[in-house]
Amino acid sequence: MKKIEVIIKPFKLDDVKEALGSVGVQGMTVTEVKGFGRQKGHKEIYRGAEYLVDFLPKIKIEMVVRTELVDQVIEKVISAARTGSIGDGKIFVMPVETVVRIRTGERDEDAL
Amino acid sequence: MNGADTAFVMICSALVLVMTPGLAIFYGGLTHSKNVLSTMMHSFFLMGLASVIWLVYGYSLSFGPDVGGVIGNLSYFMGNGVGAAVKEGLTIPHSVFMMFQAMFVIITPALISGAFAERMKFSSFVVFMVAWITLVYAPVCHWVWGDGWLAKIGCLDFAGGLVVHLNCGVAALVSALVVGKRKGYGARAFIPHNLTLTLLGVGLLWFGWFGFNAGSRLAADGVAANAFMVTHMAAAMGALTWVFAEWILREKPTTLGLASGAVAGLGSITPASGYVGPGAALIIGGVAGVICYMAVLSKERLGYDDSLDVVGIHGVGGVWGTLATGLFASKLINDSGNDGLFYGNPSLLWTQFIGVAATIAYCLIVTLVILYIIKAVMGLRVTEEEENAGVDTSAHGEVGYNF
Repeated sequence: MKKIEVIIKPFKLDDVKEALGSVGVQGMTVTEVKGFGRQKGHKEIYRGAEYLVDFLPKIKIEMVVRTELVDQVIEKVISAARTGSIGDGKIFVMPVETVVRIRTGERDEDAL
Repeated sequence: MNGADTAFVMICSALVLVMTPGLAIFYGGLTHSKNVLSTMMHSFFLMGLASVIWLVYGYSLSFGPDVGGVIGNLSYFMGNGVGAAVKEGLTIPHSVFMMFQAMFVIITPALISGAFAERMKFSSFVVFMVAWITLVYAPVCHWVWGDGWLAKIGCLDFAGGLVVHLNCGVAALVSALVVGKRKGYGARAFIPHNLTLTLLGVGLLWFGWFGFNAGSRLAADGVAANAFMVTHMAAAMGALTWVFAEWILREKPTTLGLASGAVAGLGSITPASGYVGPGAALIIGGVAGVICYMAVLSKERLGYDDSLDVVGIHGVGGVWGTLATGLFASKLINDSGNDGLFYGNPSLLWTQFIGVAATIAYCLIVTLVILYIIKAVMGLRVTEEEENAGVDTSAHGEVGYNF
């Protein structure tokens, strides 16, 4: 099992959610976050003062899936979330030790 | 006693009162969210404090029988003699006049609070307000409106260019310098946390300003009608010119610029509202929008942290409006006023200038002394941890937003 963390532009959430549904991802957790990458945001002028807008609003999606699904998920997320401009986001994949469904006590793949 | 005048001034008093919550909301939206309550507390607390001071002795010092042209005496202590009977020279009860003026002593110190928002100790704020109302507001009010020396030399201030705006603008500059900058000022941009509040606030201020200016006629007549009209026109022009100035200078046209420009226009027309016509109002408001914008931009270069731009908007607006009265005043608008430079009387401009200089000098020196004394005795600022955590929790144990 793997945990996949995806950072995307906020307006892409619905597209990504639908794309994930289409490959059988059955659950996810979504948080509103702020962040930046290599380009470190952009400069703006407000009330005469120039300042750096570094943290930009993003959406983080977290999901845990069967290892076999990871490549498909990555492919679907990329095609749904990409715009081609700076700030499209990132995908992180990490191993997962245990999963438990609280209501039933099921574990690991049965709990996904 | 005239029923229409009495009803009119009472309603105008309520309109001026709503400007203080309006100001609280305007200011509240501009600070960090962790300081929204403490910023609003400054204005709301004054609704209590300034009102009581006014009844007990503030009204008497400001409008009591004149002593040497400098201050009123204490014969109206606790509102003694201020009742339903008509005030001499007017058509409304004395108590109505006192209450109308009470709304001005509430909002003037509230305006200053913008300069030291997000870092002033609340106890020091309270002491400062008592001292400032007593030692600065009351004398200046007396000089200009209470039959003091500025009134006697013919200085014109219809609704508070000197008493309210220049007064609070100067006090704000002094406060910003003595209290010092917010931590991190200059290193990071301080972005308003909720501009929707600020816009709501400016709506209430614009609305209430009709009471502020038209009500200052103390009668429901043609001069009040003129004040009503020019107030609105100056606000409209100020909003437009600030936004256009911003837009031209390659910034984007902002909602905060619109709000600020409207207030700049309103502040600058205030002293002139009973003496100038609508054409002049467009010029006065329009110029205010531009010069106040420039003043706010130069804040960075001059190096003081006036959190909410009281100096640039009210200070500069107050000076411009008072001098503009000396340019555009016409006896055709108000025969108990005077003619200005453009109507063939250059001497009014000089009188207005004296009013501006005297107000700046007196307010600057006395505010400075008051603040230094408070600083020495009890300090002016919250501690660094308190400033980091936010004054809402530190001073008031409250959080503005609990989503």
